[in-house]
Amino acid sequence: MPCPPHWPTRRAVLAAPLALALPAQAEEQDYAATERAILAGREPVADGITVDMPRLSENGNSVDLGIKVASPMTAEDHVTALHILSEKNPVPRVATFTLSPRNGRAEVATRIRLATTQTILVLAETSRGAVHRAEREVVVILGACVDAG
Amino acid sequence: MKLAALLALLPCMALAQDIRPSRDYLAPELRAMQDDPSRHPGWLWVDEGEALWARGAPSCASCHGDIARMAGVATRYPAVAPDGALLNLEGRIERCRTDHQHQPAFGYESEALLSLTAAIAARSRGMPVNVTTTGPAAPFLDAGRRFYETRQGQLNLACGQCHNENAGRRLRGDLISNGLGTGYPAYRLEWNTLGSLHRRLRACSLGVRATQFPLGSPEYLALELYLASRANGLPVEAPGLRR
Amino acid sequence: MAEITARITLPTSARRGEVVTVRVLVRHPMERAVDAPGLTPLPRRILHSFRVTYAGAEVFRAALSPGITANPYVEFTTVAVETGAMVFEWEEDGGTIYRREAQLTVA
Repeated sequence: MPCPPHWPTRRAVLAAPLALALPAQAEEQDYAATERAILAGREPVADGITVDMPRLSENGNSVDLGIKVASPMTAEDHVTALHILSEKNPVPRVATFTLSPRNGRAEVATRIRLATTQTILVLAETSRGAVHRAEREVVVILGACVDAG
Repeated sequence: MKLAALLALLPCMALAQDIRPSRDYLAPELRAMQDDPSRHPGWLWVDEGEALWARGAPSCASCHGDIARMAGVATRYPAVAPDGALLNLEGRIERCRTDHQHQPAFGYESEALLSLTAAIAARSRGMPVNVTTTGPAAPFLDAGRRFYETRQGQLNLACGQCHNENAGRRLRGDLISNGLGTGYPAYRLEWNTLGSLHRRLRACSLGVRATQFPLGSPEYLALELYLASRANGLPVEAPGLRR
Repeated sequence: MAEITARITLPTSARRGEVVTVRVLVRHPMERAVDAPGLTPLPRRILHSFRVTYAGAEVFRAALSPGITANPYVEFTTVAVETGAMVFEWEEDGGTIYRREAQLTVA
């Protein structure tokens, strides 16, 4: 787990639950519900998106994520939005990027936080009303987080 | 649980010390990010430090000119001041602050001191560490060496048992380095911010369940000198990027 | 407009019509809310919106969450249309707006 930023004493480290304390079931419902809300009844196609993420991350605090969508990015046919969803973070909707033909290419990169090993979902909406979908599993190594100092 | 895992890694190995730059121990993705100034968050502190360099009356620039003239300075710290005190780069900056700018000290681990330390150290990035270990520095070096070689804490470990004998091996998810400290101040992903070497040393002390000394303490200053002596000839990596 | 430290990386010049990559690294803790026994409570403090305008139009927008790493990094592409300023704006929880500019020269 990425260590929460403030651990005043070692006793607190051992006694405290995770700061991000949501019931697990609520997280999963939010995740699925968030995907459904974005799809809004559209059936996604499972290709067209390249997701560049390490399969294994040393530290959940900072995980590189690159997204490329095969799109001409013309006025008639371009990606309008890219969504990043997290299966197990407290907030399922990690980011949404709004694009237009002025981008030239549908390519975005960022760095995200991962609370634990989980699936990351990328959805790409297009001006033609299509939705592309890609999933990646990421394993987060528990670093030797003894110090928290 | 942790103790057993550590003990399992510690056959007493009488191998020659093989000291390598800290960057050699980084995961490839982290090393690539450390080398990329457009993506390495540590440079944000360097940028702030360069802004601070020009600020105030007198400013750092009033006496020292362009910050580019700080090239090589960080390679020589920690160093003994004329009055006999051992100063690291943070301590040297604070002395300038109080003695020459006539302002209150920034305070260890303050954003201003971190930024200035990062900005000055960055001017020596890639240059070989070159600390003096003789003359007035010798007693401090001895104290630092004794600290490094003494078993400490509930886990009863000396620094060398990990950083000499087990460098290159894994401790849970982490690859053990030689503990040189050449990447500090460093952006640590675990802290989500830039921090000083002494902050990292406190975390090491906690890691073996030993007494944590205060930031800027004589114990950590002497240790810092000893670590720098181990790194003599190896490149400064500040601002570093660490897990 | 408040000040923020940022490293914005883009080519100093580009040909008209070329797609250039813009990298933005900004100094901000992206503080997730902390509220649990034994821990110092901290309110959420996130840069929740990021937008870029250039040559008369919004060319990029991002809605960010606490799931974005501290000292956030975002990279996107944009078509080099004309010489001018690219304006970057971030909005923080509570309404503070931060702004930076970078010049792109288009031949």
